[in-house]
Formats: sequence, C-alpha cells, structure tokens
Amino acid sequence: MKHKQSISLSERVIERTIQGTGISAIILVVLIFFFLIKEGVPAFFEIPITSLLTTRWYPIEDYYGLLPLIMGSLIITIGASLIALPLGLATAIFIAEIVPDWTRDILKPFVEVLAGIPSVVIGFMGMLMIAPLVRTTLDIPTGLTAFTGMVLLAWMALPTIVSVVEDVIDAVPKTYRDAGLALGLTRWQTIWRIVVPAGRTGILTALMLGVGRAIGETMTVMMVTGNAARVPRGILDIFMPARTMTATIAAEMGEVAQGSPHYHVLFAVGLTLFVITFIINLAAAAVVFRQTQRSERLLS
Amino acid sequence: MSRQNSQRIAFALITLAATAVILPIFFIVGYIIVQGGSALSWEFITAFPRDGMKAGGLLPAIVGTLLLTLGTGIVAVPIGIGAAIYLSEYAGDNTLTRAIRIAIINLAGIPSVVYGLFGLGLFVIFLNFGSSILAGSLTLGIMTLPTIISTAEEALRAVPQSFRLVSTSLGGTRWQTIRKVVLPQALPGIITGVILGLERAAGETAPILFTVAAFFLPKIPTSIFDQTMALPYHLYVISTQVPGMPIQIQYGTALVLLIFVLSMNLLATLIRRYYRRQRTW
Repeated sequence: MKHKQSISLSERVIERTIQGTGISAIILVVLIFFFLIKEGVPAFFEIPITSLLTTRWYPIEDYYGLLPLIMGSLIITIGASLIALPLGLATAIFIAEIVPDWTRDILKPFVEVLAGIPSVVIGFMGMLMIAPLVRTTLDIPTGLTAFTGMVLLAWMALPTIVSVVEDVIDAVPKTYRDAGLALGLTRWQTIWRIVVPAGRTGILTALMLGVGRAIGETMTVMMVTGNAARVPRGILDIFMPARTMTATIAAEMGEVAQGSPHYHVLFAVGLTLFVITFIINLAAAAVVFRQTQRSERLLS
Repeated sequence: MSRQNSQRIAFALITLAATAVILPIFFIVGYIIVQGGSALSWEFITAFPRDGMKAGGLLPAIVGTLLLTLGTGIVAVPIGIGAAIYLSEYAGDNTLTRAIRIAIINLAGIPSVVYGLFGLGLFVIFLNFGSSILAGSLTLGIMTLPTIISTAEEALRAVPQSFRLVSTSLGGTRWQTIRKVVLPQALPGIITGVILGLERAAGETAPILFTVAAFFLPKIPTSIFDQTMALPYHLYVISTQVPGMPIQIQYGTALVLLIFVLSMNLLATLIRRYYRRQRTW
C-alpha cells in the first residue's frame, strides 16, 4: 500500500522560511561586499592611485599613502604567526599526547577561556604589563611596538590553532601510532615522524585560520602597537611603533566627515581586509574539503 | 644523543612551551581579579559615573552591554537556528548548499572592525537608524551568526538518524519530526552555541565603535534608537582616552567585563557537561 504524505500549506511556509534563513548567509556576504564597494571604491577616483601607493599616511594634510598600514598589518601578522605556530603545535601535542586524560579535561576548557577573554581586556593588560616589560628588557624608548602586538596576537590566535591541531592529532588513527611503537620508535619519534606529518593539512588549516584571526584583530593592536604609521626599514624596526589597517579604521572612522575622501579611503582599507580574509578563508576551506575527499577515498 | 634523551628534551621543550601559553591565562585572570577586586562595590555596579568617569559606577555601561547582548540574541538566534536546521535537515548536496557553506565560512572570517564599517554603511547611514542600539544589535547579530549556525548544526547532526526514521515511520512529517524529535534532543547543544556566540558579542568593541557606542552618556537608554555606553568600549575609553584615570577603576571595569563574559562561558560549559551525562544515546 502506498501512502503519500500530505504536506500542509503551513508546513510548506515553514520550510520556505527555513530555507530563507539558510540563504540569508549568502545575501549577507553579498550585502557586506556591496556596502564596502559602495563606500570604498570612490576613494580610487578621488585620490590618484599613485598617492595611495606612497609611504605617508597623514590624512589631515591629505596624504593617504597606504603602504605603512599594509606593511604594519603584514609584519605584525607574519610575526604573530611565526610565534604562534610552534607554540600552538607544542601546546596541542602537550594536551593531546603527553598529559594524562584528567589533566587534558582541565586544560582544554582552560585554553577555551583564553578565546573568551575580550580583545580589549588583552589590550588593556598588554598596555599595563607586556609593554613596560618590553621597554625595560630591550631598553627602548617605548614598549608600544610592533613586537608587543605580535606577542599578544600570537597568544590570542593560540586557542584557534590549539583546538584545530588537537582535533587533527586526535583524528590520526591509533593504528598509525601502534605501528610506530611496534617498530621500536620512542613515543616522541612516533609523534614527530608519524602523527604530525599525518596531520599536516590540518595543521596548515589551523595556521591559516590563525593568520585570518591575527590580521583582523583590532582593539589589541590599536592599544599596544603605538600606532605610528611608518614603513619599516629593517628587521629591528619591529621594536618600533607600527600601525595596522584595522587600527587605522577603528581610530579614525569616528572622526571623519561622512562622504569625505578620508571616509572613503577608510572603507577602501576595510574592503582590502575583506578581500584578504575572504581569500585566506576560502583557501583554508578548500584544504579541508580536499582532505575530507581524500579520506573518504581512502576509507571506501 | 640517545633516542631516550632526545625524547626527554623534546617533551621538556613542549612542556615549557605549553606552560608559556597556559600560565599567563591564570596570571592575567588572577591579576585582574586581585587588582579589580578592590574597586568592586555595590556602588560600582549600580551608580552612574561621576567626575568625568573618575568616580561613581558603571551602571549605564553594564545596562548597555546587557541590552546589546539581548539585541544580538534577538537578531541572531532565530536566523542562526533556522539556517542550521536548513543545513542539517533539508539541504541537499548541491551548489546552493556549497554556496551557503562558503558564505558562512567567510562571515566567520570577516574582521570585527569590517563588520563595524558595514553596520555604519548599511544601518547607521543608508537605513538611517543613526548610531543606535538597533544598529549595534544588528551589526553584532550578523557577526555572531556563523558561530551560532555552526554550533547549532553540529548539535542537530549529532542526533542519531534512527530518531528521525522512527518519527517519520510513525507518520510524522519532516517538520513535525524536526520540531518534536530533533530540536528537543539538540537543544542543549544549541543553547551552548548560542551562549558562546553571545559571549563573544558581549566582549566586542570594534563593531560597536561607529554603530552604537557612546563615549560618555550617563543615562539609561529609553528606546532602541538611543546610543548607549557599553563595557568593552568603556574600558577602551578609560584606559586610553582619559588621562589621569585611577588605575583601580580601570582594573575594576576590566574585572566586571571579564566576570560578564566568563560567567557566560562557564554557563555554556556546565550546560554541555550536564546534558552530556544525561544523554542516553
């Protein structure tokens, strides 16, 4: 006997609404992109591109050189990633492989607590504690430097990196480990030569997500990097103040006249950030996607 | 160097690195509690700020953050849970679903200050809401969506397929199955995700800078079109913009904000633990 379920009108309305909420995610991304273009693109008509590509950011006198901001964001993000990756990897290995289970159950939520501390609180503590420490240790005129920002950003990116890497390490089949130990490897050799390489795509994803988080971080960098818009001339300049794209938007948008070139340039900076994070996240998603496909192939 | 020794050295280095990550969390939280504790008083959380914010309390900032968190929930929870239900229960393996997933991944990655710009462009200026609780809540709500969608979807997917099959075999329609069987089972997980999303929104500063936050406004907002003070922005203001601000008030404000967000975090963890134990599947 065939029974055809009748779907009532109200149920169909509900299903349409639910589909609508799903599609709203796409609409929102398009809307955000549209408004950044609408308010940001006029900047490229008001200010010649040659001026935008100079090294002087001084909006009061109509100097809109974006290079110092881009360089500032770039070096702070790269520095933070270089600090965060080894620390994150080590912490994840520590939690997943070294400590006993009961310690693990305490440490995992603890690292998540770090993710919950608002960035303004970390910036506040960075100003009061890390910056003076950097200043006195290195004997430099101010502790509000690019380096201070890197350290704090690295620390803030850690929960993301640790939790992703830990999941990855967890997902490496136990048989891999057993095989390593059976061949006479030490626990460390098993971890370093088998478990970590097996999880390398996941570790790459974690790094990309961490970078995405670091480049978009605003309040902490604004509070601890000193906000001087200058192009670094050497490696030691990381111990000088710097200014990022995010901090520039946050610090200046409140004071600009709506519709002025300065206003449009700040939106253009936001548009640039949007495009950068879009690409990073898309790339991270593609890696994860390929990885799932591969493991499905292996399992089938 | 023997293999045992290299293992010993490697484990020592890893332990050292992990300590360098974990210990400062203790230290920062502990230091704020100790330093800020002395500023805490009944007056501190129930009075208006006085003397250019150098005395008095945080009432308008606390109320503002509560209102914004509530507003964020009103915006993000229905849409977020709806989208999660769609992805988990309805969506097929097709281009639309992939596009939605990519959109969510990108929403999650957009810097918070860019959300602030978007809120300024769309809500404050284009829709003419002005700098208001409405504009701020919408901005924070959209920013919170990806967190709520992904955690809620995970909770829905964790409900065993057999539950759905039993319901449909008893004649339940798809929606009846979702509403009466799947949603109740997934509810604890969904609530946990919602709280974690709202926790993040409550602590954010950058998205509210140009959409709602007031530098100094010693009154309780009376309409959704009012500006308001908020705890995270207030901490930023008193620690960087006001010279001569007593350090105790700064630490006290940081502590109140920390208590606010970490108690939400704790609540989410407790709910998750409690229901994981209760769960029979």
